[in-house]
Amino acid sequence: MRLLAALGALCAGLFVAALMIGPAQIGIAESFRGLLAGDGAAGLVMREIRLPRAVLAALIGGCLGLSGAAMQGYLRNPLAEPGLIGVSAAAALGAVIAIQTGFAAAFALALPLSALAAALLAVLLILFMAGPGGGSLALILAGVAVSAFAGALTSLVLNLSPNPFAASEFVFWMMGSLADRSWLHVVIAAPVMAVGAAMMWGIGRGLDALTLGEDAAASIGIGLPGLRLRIVLGVAAMVGAATSVAGAIGFVGLVVPHLLRGRVGGRPGALLPAAALGGAAMVLAADIAVRLVLPGRDLKLGVVMALIGAPVFLHLIWQQRRGG
Amino acid sequence: MVRLIAALALCLAGAASAGPSRVVSINLCTDQLAMLVAGPGQLVSVSWLAADPALSLMAEEAGQIGVNHGGAEEIYLMRPDLVLAGPYAAHATVEMLTRLGVQVRTIPAANTIADIRRNITLMGDALGREARAEEILSAFDADLAALPEGRPLLATTYAANGLANGRDTLSAEAMRRAGLFLLADRIGHSGGKMALEELVMAGPELVVTGSRYATPSRAEAVLDHPALSALQAERLSVADRGWICGLPALTGTIRSLVR
Repeated sequence: MRLLAALGALCAGLFVAALMIGPAQIGIAESFRGLLAGDGAAGLVMREIRLPRAVLAALIGGCLGLSGAAMQGYLRNPLAEPGLIGVSAAAALGAVIAIQTGFAAAFALALPLSALAAALLAVLLILFMAGPGGGSLALILAGVAVSAFAGALTSLVLNLSPNPFAASEFVFWMMGSLADRSWLHVVIAAPVMAVGAAMMWGIGRGLDALTLGEDAAASIGIGLPGLRLRIVLGVAAMVGAATSVAGAIGFVGLVVPHLLRGRVGGRPGALLPAAALGGAAMVLAADIAVRLVLPGRDLKLGVVMALIGAPVFLHLIWQQRRGG
Repeated sequence: MVRLIAALALCLAGAASAGPSRVVSINLCTDQLAMLVAGPGQLVSVSWLAADPALSLMAEEAGQIGVNHGGAEEIYLMRPDLVLAGPYAAHATVEMLTRLGVQVRTIPAANTIADIRRNITLMGDALGREARAEEILSAFDADLAALPEGRPLLATTYAANGLANGRDTLSAEAMRRAGLFLLADRIGHSGGKMALEELVMAGPELVVTGSRYATPSRAEAVLDHPALSALQAERLSVADRGWICGLPALTGTIRSLVR
């Protein structure tokens, strides 16, 4: 509980910092006045540009952290992460197809739901390939294949677009960015994210029981098919919605559970809320970093995340190799 | 040295006759200027961009003349006696054409009205159509003199990827000429990306946006941002083709900018 309070405070602090930092130099007092009163140019910047961006960063980070913790708990494998195993790449493909075919404009939630559908296919494929034990090799290899395939198709769709700008947007879809996102994006992504997160409610007990093995879990009354269904749908909804508005942001679901696992005594159930808060803090921090390092250049979030995430990933593989 | 003499000889030969008779243009801007200045049948091919109505003011004429895609082989087979290129032409293409003995003339970019006047003269000289160039020039000068005086609103362009025009661009020249006060001049923006926050804080009175493509892209999504619509500024849309190239038709674009 103390960990959750500390993570919550960290999120709140980073959220305020994210509101205070931006290419337009606005003083702290003026920022707060703009945020509360909402009038004038400062009000517009705070309420319509920085606030939705910070809200989206927190929501997306929370979803990615929670998805990573849930998948790792279910597969009992610390390498299971939506970005690494191709779920994010598939979601990006779904979003790009929806945008380029015009389906995204058909109704309000068409964009996140298209990404959800593609992410769902990827999750099912990965679970099928990895098998019930969730072996690392099959998981990562299937992930590499799904990522490469989805990435290539995304590039193809963008290249076929009659809009010359679209062809250069592959980087956004593969690396993720929150630049110039608005309330429009919060409004379409948040409901789908909320449904996904709601599905995760109460799976903690099942994940804890799974650490004893599937037979033991079944013997204490855990319905494994139901658990699996909820995780599959929940992860697809959360990663799909997050990716459809901000592109694929990798490594969040890998790094955050890795950092927090020791703090919750290795219990996957207790890790879920901690990973959600930790993910929110991490994406908020990364989005502050991209604005501090190269303001006005739209440095991609994936760049920052990979700088942190890739060493963690290698460390995990090293540990698994030594552990056998 | 041999190449230089050959080029000189070609130049002299060109000057002696009435001008080149088979001219190929491989740049959107030289295409349109050449179409204005060239005599009937003199221009045998223009670039494919000139036939794109989103980019070209003379798409129909370009379609009638016939288009090329700027490849050296394709150009060489047309047996031109003069190729007109822009400053950003593919270096390899120009190099190869020169090596094959085709005369290539590069017309510089136009960022000011003085540049446009210079380019009209250059084009008249290149095509041996000095009298026609004079004619166009005097009509251009008359159009410029007839432009009305506009109100000095603080204005900027804002386009896909958050690009705002810099001080030394043709669009900046057109906006100043329309009486507008350029945001780039006030905050010292030298062109390129301007964050939406910065634009909002600068408080422009007029935001000029360009053409949009039918299919969406994330680059253009910034133009749909609610903060941009909430801005207390007049919005004006100017088609990109109106000021991509320095042409006498710029006066029409300037006229549409006058508030």
